Amino acid sequence: MMPLLTTKGLSRNFGGLRAVDGVDFALMPGEIRAVIGPNGAGKTTFVSLVSGRIQPSSGMIVFDGADITSLPAYARVRLGVAYTFQITSVFANLTAYDNVALPVQRTLTDGRSKGAVHAGVMAALERTGLADRAHMQAGHLSYGHQRLLEVAMGLALKPRLLILDEPTQGLADSEIDNFIGLVREIANSATVLLIEHNMPVVMQLADRITVFNAGRILAEGTPEQIRANAEVQDAYLGATHG
Amino acid sequence: MSEASPAKAYALHLGVIALLFALSFVLPAYHHGLLARIMVLAVFAMGYNMLFGYVGLLSLGHAMFFSAGLYGAGLTVYHFGWSVPAAFAAGLACGALLALAIGLLALRTSGVAFMIVTMMFAQVFYLVILYFAAWTGGDQGLVVPQPARILVLGSASLDLTNPTVRYMSALALFSIVLLVTLAIVRSRYGRVLVAIRENEGRTKMLGYDTFSNKLAAVVVSGAICAASGAAYALLFGYVGSSFASVQYSILPLLWVLLGGIATTLGPLIGTLFMYYVVDVTSGYTSAYLLIVGIALILLVLFFPKGILGTIRQRWLGWLP
Ligand SMILES: Nc1ncnc2c1ncn2[C@@H]1O[C@H](COP(=O)(O)OP(=O)(O)O)[C@@H](O)[C@H]1O
Ligand SMILES: [Mg+2]
Repeated sequence: MMPLLTTKGLSRNFGGLRAVDGVDFALMPGEIRAVIGPNGAGKTTFVSLVSGRIQPSSGMIVFDGADITSLPAYARVRLGVAYTFQITSVFANLTAYDNVALPVQRTLTDGRSKGAVHAGVMAALERTGLADRAHMQAGHLSYGHQRLLEVAMGLALKPRLLILDEPTQGLADSEIDNFIGLVREIANSATVLLIEHNMPVVMQLADRITVFNAGRILAEGTPEQIRANAEVQDAYLGATHG
Repeated sequence: MSEASPAKAYALHLGVIALLFALSFVLPAYHHGLLARIMVLAVFAMGYNMLFGYVGLLSLGHAMFFSAGLYGAGLTVYHFGWSVPAAFAAGLACGALLALAIGLLALRTSGVAFMIVTMMFAQVFYLVILYFAAWTGGDQGLVVPQPARILVLGSASLDLTNPTVRYMSALALFSIVLLVTLAIVRSRYGRVLVAIRENEGRTKMLGYDTFSNKLAAVVVSGAICAASGAAYALLFGYVGSSFASVQYSILPLLWVLLGGIATTLGPLIGTLFMYYVVDVTSGYTSAYLLIVGIALILLVLFFPKGILGTIRQRWLGWLP
């Protein structure tokens, strides 16, 4: 089977700092892949390169067999790469409804979905449990609900690859349980790349885990392999979470 | 924004148009003439609001789009004897093309740089008008003669210098632009424009080519302002370089701020308000500009969202 996403020698410098350093990475369709690593390891920078939010210093990104390295971010979204932000960045002054309507109408314009905007919006809000808050201003939602709205916007893009950057950060335990169910459901129709600090969530969800450290991939394997890996223990699992 | 109360919104806008229509039969001659002018200039303000209110791009050069329409229509009538519809179309086309060219260049910047770049282009436009004084009449301007301002429709002919015809023509243009604006801001495209205003980076990450969307908005905005300018030349018969000066780039900004930024009816209310404040105060004192300035400062302090914006915030949340 051909990987959905491949990166070759992907690097990004910020001044003298090599935030992402020659990363070779491959992701199979249908997988839930967790990316873990200490703060500052380059996880957010890596997925930002994949989504096109920032440009690589060198290296190559292949999505579904096509070189997308030089495509602008909006074009990658239209191919099915959706990115949800680590720092919640919903449109605070718009309603939850309008926040989700934007991605829904995009997929309708691109012919990647059919039907009315309204139906698409309500479907995405229902999947994330926000339907009864559709007409609330997004900035007035609780933090947890804003995180969910961020996921609803990602879902509404009908992604083939959904990138979630620390989606459970700041969520209550009860909200996290619901969230795990939601990601499992999303994974039925999309490949999921999940950056996550919460190890129980990672262990429950991930098919495979990639460990980042200092801009490089330190280890990769099944949850059991990663748990047993001594290097990972030293670099990350033993250390306190940042 | 766009899902709630479509019927209410359209009813309100049609009601405003009906009211303006009825006013034509009751207003005394002076106010009748003034309101016709205000409606044409409110179109200018609506065009400005399209870009400033909905996309969040503050231009200080929109006088050039108004003047592109003004001169596009005025010069073709004056020098080539074009018919009224052809001249109007020429003005509209000049504004749209100019907006496309300016948009391609100015949209490489944002924020303060965008303000400065648009102001510079408008200044160039102003100087070009003065330079080609042989054609444009320079700072004297041109008066379009009455025989050139007759709209021939089949066997009928409408004299645009007649006050009622002029008022109804202004109202027709105003109504069309108002309803088009309402349709745009309630459309999917309108939702994207607001998203760009709120957070452009996020909008890109939802699959939108924000540059193209902004460019389209500049062209729509420029075309509406040019329509206003073209109508001004044909209805009021004067084409002058003062309309291309920086003052006419600031005025639509003030009208929109007063009436209510990003409201469909705010531009009309702001233009109306400013004209009547000037009109009333200049009757009492020669220092009327001082009073206008104070009124503006008070409004900005106590109604930062403008007249209609404040009403929307406090009472009528459904206003588009
Ligand atoms: N825009 C930026 N400018 C400069 N340095 C940055 C920028 N973004 C990230 N960095 C640096 O790159 C490194 C990796 O950051 P990041 O990718 O956010 O790590 P992680 O998501 O794994 O915590 C950090 O040292 C961070 O300070
Ligand atoms: Mg991060």
